[in-house]
Amino acid sequence: MTGYQEILTDPSYSGQIITMTYPLIGNYGVNDEDSESRRVFAEGFIVRELSRTYSNWRAGQSLDQYLKDAGVPGISDIDTRSLVRHIRERGSMRGCLSTSHTDEQAVIERARSAPEMIGSDLASVVTCREPYVWTDAQSQAYGSPILLHPNTSVDAKTSPRFHVVAYDFGLKHNSLRNLAALGCRVTVVPAHTSAEDVIDLKPDGVWLSNGPGDPEPLTGVVANLKKLIGRYPIFGICLGHQLMGLAFGGRTYKLPFGHHGGNQPVKDLMTGRVEITAQNHGFAVDADSLPADCEVTHINLNDNTVEGLRHRSLPVYSVQYHPEAGPGPHDPSYLFDKFVEMIEQNRKHKAEV
Amino acid sequence: MPKRTDIHKILIVGSGPIVIGQACEFDYSGTQACKALRSEGFETVLINSNPATIMTDPEIADRTYVEPLTLEAVRAVIERERPDAMLPTVGGQTALNIAVALAEDGTLERFGVELIGAKLDAIKVAEDRLLFKHAMEEIGIEMPLSGYIKSMDEAHELVKILGYPAIIRPSFTLGGTGGGIAFNAEEYEEIVARALAASPVHETLIEQSIIGWKEYELEVMRDLADNVVIICSIENFDAMGIHTGDSITVAPAQTLTDREYQVMRDAAIRVIRKVGVETGGSNIQFALNPQDGRLMIIEMNPRVSRSSALASKATGFPIAKIAAKLAVGYTLDEIPNDITRKTPASFEPTIDYCVVKIPKWAFEKFPSSDPTLGTQMKSVGEAMAIGRTFKEAFQKGLRSLEVRSAFRVPSDLDDIALRRRLVVPSAERVYFVMHALTLGYSTDELHELTRIDPWFLDNLSQIIERERELRRESIETISPGEMREAKRMGFSDQRLATVLGSTEDEVRRLRIKMHIRPVFKRVDTCGAEFESFTPYLYSTYEDEDEADPTANKKVMILGSGPNRIGQGIEFDYCCCHAAFALKEEGYESIMVNCNPETVSTDYDTSDRLYFEPITFEDVMEIVERERPDGVIVQFGGQTPLNLSMRLFKAGVPIIGTSPESIDLAEDRKRFGKLIVELDIPQPPNGFATSNEEAREEASRIGYPVLVRPSYVLGGRAMQIVYDEASLDNYMTFAVEASPEHPVLIDSFLEDALEIDVDALADGERVVIAGIQQHIEEAGIHSGDSSCVLPPWGIKEGHLDAMRRYTRELAKALNVIGLMNIQYAIWRETVYVLEVNPRASRTVPFVSKATGVPLAKIAARLMIGRKLSEFNLPDELTVDRFYVKTPVFPFVKFPGVDPILGPEMRSTGEVMGVAEGFGSAYLKAQLGAGTKLPREGRVFISVNEQDKRVVKDLAREFHEMGFKIVATRGTQKRIEAAGVPCEFVYKVNEGRPNIADLVKSKEVHLIINTPLGRTSFYDERSIRRAAIQYSVPCVTTMTGAVATVAAIRALREEELQVRSLQDYHVRAATE
Repeated sequence: MTGYQEILTDPSYSGQIITMTYPLIGNYGVNDEDSESRRVFAEGFIVRELSRTYSNWRAGQSLDQYLKDAGVPGISDIDTRSLVRHIRERGSMRGCLSTSHTDEQAVIERARSAPEMIGSDLASVVTCREPYVWTDAQSQAYGSPILLHPNTSVDAKTSPRFHVVAYDFGLKHNSLRNLAALGCRVTVVPAHTSAEDVIDLKPDGVWLSNGPGDPEPLTGVVANLKKLIGRYPIFGICLGHQLMGLAFGGRTYKLPFGHHGGNQPVKDLMTGRVEITAQNHGFAVDADSLPADCEVTHINLNDNTVEGLRHRSLPVYSVQYHPEAGPGPHDPSYLFDKFVEMIEQNRKHKAEV
Repeated sequence: MPKRTDIHKILIVGSGPIVIGQACEFDYSGTQACKALRSEGFETVLINSNPATIMTDPEIADRTYVEPLTLEAVRAVIERERPDAMLPTVGGQTALNIAVALAEDGTLERFGVELIGAKLDAIKVAEDRLLFKHAMEEIGIEMPLSGYIKSMDEAHELVKILGYPAIIRPSFTLGGTGGGIAFNAEEYEEIVARALAASPVHETLIEQSIIGWKEYELEVMRDLADNVVIICSIENFDAMGIHTGDSITVAPAQTLTDREYQVMRDAAIRVIRKVGVETGGSNIQFALNPQDGRLMIIEMNPRVSRSSALASKATGFPIAKIAAKLAVGYTLDEIPNDITRKTPASFEPTIDYCVVKIPKWAFEKFPSSDPTLGTQMKSVGEAMAIGRTFKEAFQKGLRSLEVRSAFRVPSDLDDIALRRRLVVPSAERVYFVMHALTLGYSTDELHELTRIDPWFLDNLSQIIERERELRRESIETISPGEMREAKRMGFSDQRLATVLGSTEDEVRRLRIKMHIRPVFKRVDTCGAEFESFTPYLYSTYEDEDEADPTANKKVMILGSGPNRIGQGIEFDYCCCHAAFALKEEGYESIMVNCNPETVSTDYDTSDRLYFEPITFEDVMEIVERERPDGVIVQFGGQTPLNLSMRLFKAGVPIIGTSPESIDLAEDRKRFGKLIVELDIPQPPNGFATSNEEAREEASRIGYPVLVRPSYVLGGRAMQIVYDEASLDNYMTFAVEASPEHPVLIDSFLEDALEIDVDALADGERVVIAGIQQHIEEAGIHSGDSSCVLPPWGIKEGHLDAMRRYTRELAKALNVIGLMNIQYAIWRETVYVLEVNPRASRTVPFVSKATGVPLAKIAARLMIGRKLSEFNLPDELTVDRFYVKTPVFPFVKFPGVDPILGPEMRSTGEVMGVAEGFGSAYLKAQLGAGTKLPREGRVFISVNEQDKRVVKDLAREFHEMGFKIVATRGTQKRIEAAGVPCEFVYKVNEGRPNIADLVKSKEVHLIINTPLGRTSFYDERSIRRAAIQYSVPCVTTMTGAVATVAAIRALREEELQVRSLQDYHVRAATE
């Protein structure tokens, strides 16, 4: 019901038109702090009612103006519940928004001519062009992840303890903020960075981001991951998780209408605990396709699909959901702590060897 | 974790009578809990003193104790039933307090009863201000600073820390009297001094003010595996400073970014873990500074609450039901979501609509009370509305309140007065805000004055702007596009008619011609992500309809709307029973109601639920979509009854007593003719549509007369008028008479005995269900009078007359279903005062007493069954005494005279059951919170008429060892009869006077009957003191006689508790 600014700027929505189930959108405007990437990635936005005004102490402009500035079309006064039910029954589908050619058949044709999600390599489109070191002007902003990890010492934030290489398949800033808040210096690298180049960066751990589209076309990335598994602690989320699944030798498949929203119940099979998670994915890892040295750690309680994996002996794990939140609940933020602990243990282990 | 197997029998504590702040939401939660635990195989034992609840139906729990919610009674139930566990979290503050007291006095330990849901420690942390403060400090959550002070010096020290403005709340004063907000040192000095003086313990709480901050609530659930989910977020339309029960509230939160929401969510989870509520629902209230997002916690309720009932209805997630299952060991992921069936309860509902709750107040019943809204709740009910936009839900909510004559701007309202109305929160403030918008006030300006968030104000502004545009149109010129836009904003046909200068019927006709009809969408907990299996629907103007009506035989039940004084839980009880009976008869039941507190709006109660306003327009749209075989209007009180004729004329198949008969019973002229034909005595009466007519009629009838508007419930604006001047005053200020709504004028039978009779009829046969004798005499509203079943000392001849009249009237009106008649016995004649061919307020009471489910049978009669099929005698009997006693909200309305009269002012009722009248009356008094003294001093002051019998009363008290004190006239009369009696000054005669005695607690019981119409200020201050110092105060002679019987029982008998199942099984086998 909240989080439209984060959603619009989430690169995972690249190539997609988004409709919100909550009918009243734009109420709190748009601010300078909550964007999850450098720009709007959604292709279009459909709402029931766009708020004429906005009210929030951090707001700088209206959603309407923000989308206009971004050149992204939006449409309001749509029976969005009807649209959601349509997608639920028929699965997510191609679509288009048009003001110029409004003849029904013509518009349908245009929608049909759009590329299908299956087989689309969108990660290569949205990834960064060059590697860079993450710095954050907004680290102290309201509700920043730095406030979520109160146990980390201030020192850790100012002088990082670990170096993490983050593969950018369409990453969100909040993930990097979570890593930074735990004392990681983060180097972000493009999706197709070779394993060798990563090794040259001498990381303590490798993190795989979320991203849009089908994981299967990313065969080069999977090949790189195979080389990195075993060498470094690795933590993947969302598309990064699917790529992990593929690197382990598993398969992925398209879900009927995916998992979206901030209220997905996930059960941690190791502890029995349930966490409420933010999700946005149309593909999933097939549990039966996984090799014996790999186990399912989390499942979605709504449909029992795979939500988390780990290697039985190596420091490698991944989750299908978004532990960085932004938007969404903070229940799974412990996964970042776990990653840092893993890095720490790995370092100790190496020192002992 | 699966269900616990080490506990078998669970005690559930209800919340007792309906009072302000604790209403039928706890019947909803308690009923859900009982049903959930029973379905899991636990033996359930319930105690609740309120007979008008569904939870006290004998089918809901295994053992049902309708007994006072006192420690003594609950202890007796525990001793008798030996439960393994006690669930204290579904019965409001009442149940929680009882649990704490029984845990602390060792009762629970002694009988091996475990508290489930919330443990003692958790309850104490949440409830004890200091413990809570420390707990919040430990987890780094801010709270408004505060402290108690007992002197001016301490006050000066404290304000240095708190700063201004500071809120001053004196301890233990009635309705917060003596407190206030100080914005500077001068005001602080003055208010603190006043507060210390007002407080009987010379102490006051001083709090840092965060008035104007935004207020939010989160409904949180936790299970034994420590999983925590948030069920619903609620944003208050009114900023901090107004009790959330008196605020318009909106779900979900509207003006929070995700970051702010998540910070609040994290805080809520930390709070429930820290406080240690192990399982179930809690309500956590937060304040947020609109300038910088700073968050403070206000309070936490470690139990289900009014807000959790609202959240359940707003989301479709049944909080109390799930809470009960969690309390016995299940985890959230083990419990399926009823609505989707496939997904578990361990998720956070998402809603794709906007929910608005608007409170309903009853200030018109307490004319001299302070109408300012503040931190103490004053509303008596609420309506909830669902729409796809805030504007739609808000307008639906307003019309759900059924404010008959829409708000009117006072004619003398200048800008200064308007600004004051905007600054000072009141029941009407929202109307003044809208008025200010029509005058061109900007939202910024209004935000400055009201602190209401600009987002809400802008939405109201959009409504006003649209209205302004529509005013340029007429019924002839409005385009389909404009019509559709208006409907999408929530404008009712009626409102459009006003704006367009047309009639509701015309607007409706045009709208239908334009094919602009609402669709019905489902409340499904998941924003349509999964298929829903429970048809829980609301109307909106959109493209797709999900009503999906069936082709089954079906009957629609119209509910009673928001609770108000005179129309509350009793009617909801009847509506629920109709739904249950129809289900048993193989009919599909369709409920229509807009009250989120009730059992009727639980999607489990009926087959289909429409959460909609009960207006002609909204009901017709549902009727036309569903095409029911029948519509029941006689169970929901006056709300559906008022619609019956219009619905009937529109071709709606109303079943049961025909609307024509309902109309006949309300129509003075026609009814008068009927009663003459039947040769049944009726007090001389008439009606008037103007002042002149009223004067003529009153002098023809002879003073005193009882005057009231037609078609109202609860004696709204009913008065006893002794002379022409008062009559003129009444006609001018109290009512607006018109040909459609005449004022009724009856001869007032002073000092008569009043009797209520409930009956069932099928058109052929009549079964008299209960003859209930009022303890208070005629002239006191039947809802405000204690009553007893069976009648107590009424002559058989009079009873026979009532039986005969009841049968004759039922037949003459062709009653099918329930009917209620009020009789008076005056000078040896039985008069008919009122005939209501509908379910009455006493139906649940009589059903509990007789063990016969009257409303269920009535529903069956309406679908064609006959009384002969139910094996009932011509008159139901009871074999012990059942006393019903009302409960009043005077404590919440300082300044109001707590004297009883023809205008109903009680909010709820309790039942006392015992073998003897005295014990039954005593139990009812205990249940109503009146602590009758065993010994001590009784003050007696009676009017001239009562002086004739006062000596007998005094003698009885004297024999029981009471000391008697009286004012001059009464004292002389008592002493003359040879009973020792002390003298005390009246309030204006000298000191120490009677009010002083009350305040110094030297008087333990007050018997004070007012002196008719002459001013009784003196008595009023006695009665007021009695309320403040909790001294029982009896204001009628019959009440005094009953009180004597009760005190005798208190002195001579042990308190006995018995379950309804015991009573009625025994009755059946005898």
